[in-house]
Amino acid sequence: MKKTGAQILVESLVAEGVDTVFCYPGGATLYITDALGECDIRQIVVRHEQGAVHASDGYARASGKVGVSLVTSGPGATNTVTGIATAYMDSIPLVIFSSQVNTALIGNDAFQEADIVGITRPCTKYNYLVKDVKDLARIIKEAFHIARSGRPGPVLVDIPKDVSANMTDFKYPDKVHIRSYQPTYFGHPGQIQRAMRAIASSKRPVLFTGGGIILSGASQELTKFAEALSIPVTNTLMGLGGFPGNNNLFLGMLGMHGTYAANMAITESDLIIAMGARFDDRATGKTDEFAPHAKVIHIDIDPTSISKNIKVDIPIVGDIKNVLHKMLDILAEEKDLFKGFPESIGEWMKKVAKWKKDFPLTYQKNGGLKPQYVIERIYDLTKGKAIIATEVGQNQMWAAQFYKFLKPRTLLTSGGLGTMGFGFPAAIGAQAAFPKSLVIDIAGDGSIQMNIQELATAVQHRLPVKVVILNNGYLGMVRQWQELFYEKRYTWTSLPCPDFVKVAEAYGAAGYRIDKEKDIDRVLKEAFSNNQPTFVDVPVDPEECVYPMVPAGASLKEMLLV
Amino acid sequence: MKHTISVLVENEFGVLSRISGLFSGRGFNIESLCVAETLDPTISTMTIVTTGDDMILEQILKQLNKLINVIKVIDFRDTDYVSREMVLVKVNADEKTRAEILRMVEIFRGKIIDVSPRTYTIMITGDEEKLKAFLALVRPLGIKDLVRTGPVAMARGDKTLKTKEKQPKGGNGDG
Ligand SMILES: Cc1ncc(C[n+]2csc(CCOP(=O)(O)OP(=O)(O)O)c2C)c(N)n1
Ligand SMILES: [Mg+2]
Repeated sequence: MKKTGAQILVESLVAEGVDTVFCYPGGATLYITDALGECDIRQIVVRHEQGAVHASDGYARASGKVGVSLVTSGPGATNTVTGIATAYMDSIPLVIFSSQVNTALIGNDAFQEADIVGITRPCTKYNYLVKDVKDLARIIKEAFHIARSGRPGPVLVDIPKDVSANMTDFKYPDKVHIRSYQPTYFGHPGQIQRAMRAIASSKRPVLFTGGGIILSGASQELTKFAEALSIPVTNTLMGLGGFPGNNNLFLGMLGMHGTYAANMAITESDLIIAMGARFDDRATGKTDEFAPHAKVIHIDIDPTSISKNIKVDIPIVGDIKNVLHKMLDILAEEKDLFKGFPESIGEWMKKVAKWKKDFPLTYQKNGGLKPQYVIERIYDLTKGKAIIATEVGQNQMWAAQFYKFLKPRTLLTSGGLGTMGFGFPAAIGAQAAFPKSLVIDIAGDGSIQMNIQELATAVQHRLPVKVVILNNGYLGMVRQWQELFYEKRYTWTSLPCPDFVKVAEAYGAAGYRIDKEKDIDRVLKEAFSNNQPTFVDVPVDPEECVYPMVPAGASLKEMLLV
Repeated sequence: MKHTISVLVENEFGVLSRISGLFSGRGFNIESLCVAETLDPTISTMTIVTTGDDMILEQILKQLNKLINVIKVIDFRDTDYVSREMVLVKVNADEKTRAEILRMVEIFRGKIIDVSPRTYTIMITGDEEKLKAFLALVRPLGIKDLVRTGPVAMARGDKTLKTKEKQPKGGNGDG
């Protein structure tokens, strides 16, 4: 039976197991909107297309499934760009369907025409313009496949309005074949052996893991491996939750706002075992002085990540979960290789333990309400079981430092692009994926205003997301740099805020303010259990800074401490 | 250092912009780029001449390989290969110089492909050194116009650009 492009799209989504989409209509989406109206897929209509993409991203990060959004042509499509770039930097599997003007009008500067395929080429894993309805089903199949396989990423499919109206025979393909796309899943056995030998003979090893652990679903294997050999673990921001934050072997996050122990361990290590981390400058500090005494093993599914910023001695291209399985097999089978381990790294473990003990994360407790304390309370009250989204800035770093992430997919944060306005819509997406979970966005007063309109979405769809605004009345992270490096000239960063409690109430959500430290627990408990979308405004010490801090361009050992 | 790379790509619209966008977006150099269909009309070859140290070249090769439409990337660094370029050059040619020019063109096995009362348009093919030498010779006569194709390259001997499909590779880092 012949079907329209719009019907084909809907049936393809069903075939892909999509249960929720985030969308916003326009003239060019009308056939699609109409077709979706008659199906069971949950449709969460947002208030800004950027919100749709971030929400689908939060849905994907929290659930591990592909996040889907649908928007109109022109401005609808261009509004998605920040969301797409955010997902691209963090390797999140998304499929974005943009509508396009009629094929005959493409290239004519038609009303609401934008070359979105051209615009998003550098920030998508791949993108398509569907020129013929006959190609639509195949392209959708490929788009989902490309988004979730290999190193995941966003894929955009641009569908002209006439293509969504045209009819053709429909059968959803059951296989994909793209001759030029074959990701490498299994690490080279010889390289894995070399790596294991290097580990066995190391004296000061560190496991350095990133978002790849979470994407690969390798968190259990990592924990098993680290514990078997008693090797300390540090995470990048994207890696948090990939290793239990309360495990004895955990050193905390490394990098610009990493812990003393993590940064020193890297600096003094003789073997870095990197997994699914791309050696971003925020993690490495000055690259010339990164791990100056160490050999580097790097396991990653994306060969371009290897030896891009830091020269790698033992590269292993493959899916981390598979590679870790092989490594665990070798551990079990070749007992001789690791004879004397972990006693042989005993000195090192003592040193690392001393760093942890002497320089824990801390903050000065005098002065106003401390943002770090608020996060500690959120951790205790939720017992680490909440899904935490963050905005960007100091709020994000404090969340990373003071909330202990125990499980993968419990931290949703824009690591690579650092997108203010990400956290709130991402939390909405995560809540849609897990209606029963407690989802909290740890926000700043600046960032929350970048997608605050999505409160209407949360209220409409009864998504009881909690937003805790660490309100310092500043674009705090930028202010911190001005304080430290620009003689406290707070140009552009001191911005008055609206009354967030009233804003919440105006949208039909709940609003609270915490003025005194002694009210924190009571108010948070109430906010977390009221079953409504909620803003909690917490005026905090306005000039609090995030420490430790490695100044930009300095090496990891040059930390400013509290 | 200059490097020549051949890239086999799907012969589809938009592929050239993906490749050139990769180079500009990541700050890699393109000295020249030459594209055309292969024996198999679904595939095009791009011959790219680029510059950079080993670490940059390694990134370029990996990044090219990562593009969805790229079927195969050939790095000619460790291959014996031939490479040829064509140049069209329009030079001043009057009574006094015509004979001399003809002789030079013959020595370089070029062709005169257009003539006007005051100019010759010459076509020369060869490797970079040869073209350089020829242009140095005619430069004193006065070059009016010049276009070059950029080189195309091919491995010597039996080796072909056959399009074995991208295989999932055991990772030794050069995946
Ligand atoms: C979209 C966007 N614009 C600008 C920036 C630069 N920036 C980084 S942190 C920051 C301040 C964020 O302020 P706020 O949300 O109040 O968080 P705080 O640092 O105060 O906790 C800014 C402006 C950014 N990361 N993203
Ligand atoms: Mg702030």
